[in-house]
Amino acid sequence: MELFTGLSFSVLCIQILVGLSKATILFIVASGLTLILGVLRIPNLAHGSLYMIGAFTTYSIATAFSQSSLGFWIALLLAPLIVALIGLIMEQGLFRFLYNRDHLMMLLFTFSFTLVFGDLVKLLWGSDYRSLAVPEIFQGSYSLLGMPFPRYNLFLLLLGPVFAAGLWFLTNRTILGKISRAAAVDREMVGAVGINVNRIYAAVFVLGCYLAGVGGALVAPTQNISQGMDHSIIIEIFLIVIIGGLGNVWGALLGAVIFGLTDAIGILVAPQFGIIFPYLAVITVLIFRPKGLLKSIW
Amino acid sequence: MLEVKAINTYYGLSHILFDVSLSVHTGEIVCLLGRNGAGKSTTMKTIMGLTPPKQGEIVFKGDRVTGLPAYQICRRGVGFVPDDRRVFADLTVGENLEISARPRQGFDGWDKERVYNFFPALRALEGRRAGVLSGGEQQMLTIGRALITNPDLLLLDEPTEGLAPIIVEMLEEKILELKAGGLSVLLAEQNQNVALRLSDRAYIIDNGHIRYHGSIEDLRRDEAIRHKYLLV
Repeated sequence: MELFTGLSFSVLCIQILVGLSKATILFIVASGLTLILGVLRIPNLAHGSLYMIGAFTTYSIATAFSQSSLGFWIALLLAPLIVALIGLIMEQGLFRFLYNRDHLMMLLFTFSFTLVFGDLVKLLWGSDYRSLAVPEIFQGSYSLLGMPFPRYNLFLLLLGPVFAAGLWFLTNRTILGKISRAAAVDREMVGAVGINVNRIYAAVFVLGCYLAGVGGALVAPTQNISQGMDHSIIIEIFLIVIIGGLGNVWGALLGAVIFGLTDAIGILVAPQFGIIFPYLAVITVLIFRPKGLLKSIW
Repeated sequence: MLEVKAINTYYGLSHILFDVSLSVHTGEIVCLLGRNGAGKSTTMKTIMGLTPPKQGEIVFKGDRVTGLPAYQICRRGVGFVPDDRRVFADLTVGENLEISARPRQGFDGWDKERVYNFFPALRALEGRRAGVLSGGEQQMLTIGRALITNPDLLLLDEPTEGLAPIIVEMLEEKILELKAGGLSVLLAEQNQNVALRLSDRAYIIDNGHIRYHGSIEDLRRDEAIRHKYLLV
């Protein structure tokens, strides 16, 4: 079936699936950003840097274990934990003393981290591109509607709902999630019922950083791991979080899907201008829903 | 139980409380009467550790608690019911209680079941978001939320404000029931009728100064003082 010249139905379907699998990574990273934004009220510009560190760490660990077929999986397990540890050090060492500062100060402070982390990555890994092979069991493609669809993208597609369900469970069914929902709205009162809010903040911050690390690990086999990947992701995930509604995890999911799909379809329809389609979508959303699609916590 | 000694509290540069001293003994209901803006809520928040005093001392159960964070003051046994209620609006009634529960070891204290027995109306609302409850329901929830932290002293900030008379009457009975159970209460009120019915002793605060202290019988007789500080 031809939709119009050169664009068949099956190509479109495959491209939609590719877009959704890209959206998975965007969602995972953006959900971490939005959690920190919603509960701690920190617009963490360094979130993209943590994602980049996650990707480089994944590369190093996977390469170190390259003789084993499990190399990537060990990296996927360890790299986000290393990023979470960096987050814990940041929170306990610095951020927790600054919660009363206004947002602009926090924004500048987190911006300084993007510079520090950027140089740190350059020191440790140099400024060359790195690339990582897709793990063995996901090499090659499946045939869907007569078109090849990379196995690794299918893995990503399946992972998206797992993370969404996990975050739903965490925010709605665990005591940490319930407390952080309460603390997002009324921090003082949470303290007045006997909860040490600083601990909750630390936990949420570390969790958010962990999610940045997971995103970095997952993206590592799909693109060049390079300096500058922190900048591109931070713009994307901030836009996703803004169109979804600040602090709203479901908003991050919705925003990531919109971003991933418009990006994928845009490349198909007008390859030279593909990059502008997600931004057009963002502008459209913000014209009609300036506070985002779903309820903003701010 | 509670001894507040000459506290001075500021919001930024503005001086709100001037040498406020008061005490609550075990098993007493003490009211803090005063007009809107007299400093009642600030006194409550200062005791709770939400607006720490610049000078002065707060002693609770023999320990100095001045300057401790609110969560530690709560864990030492102070329950707080703020005047604007401040239920966790996005959470259900049940979740509001769950996250506030501070069970005590080896002590038959408050749990969700006991709160629901105390305020039966809340049981039916368990799965409802707290933000959509009526004023009276929210007030029951904030009191329940304070009780489930298992306090020895309850700070009640204008619990009857803006509520229908029938609910006010119910809350009054409940507060007396809590007193009978051995709980001490510091009650901030504008409504002197409620305060006179419930309390053992009274303080009157005006412009951040304690202007009067006496037994409730004395206050009931002293119409001049009530006229001076409490009539709007």
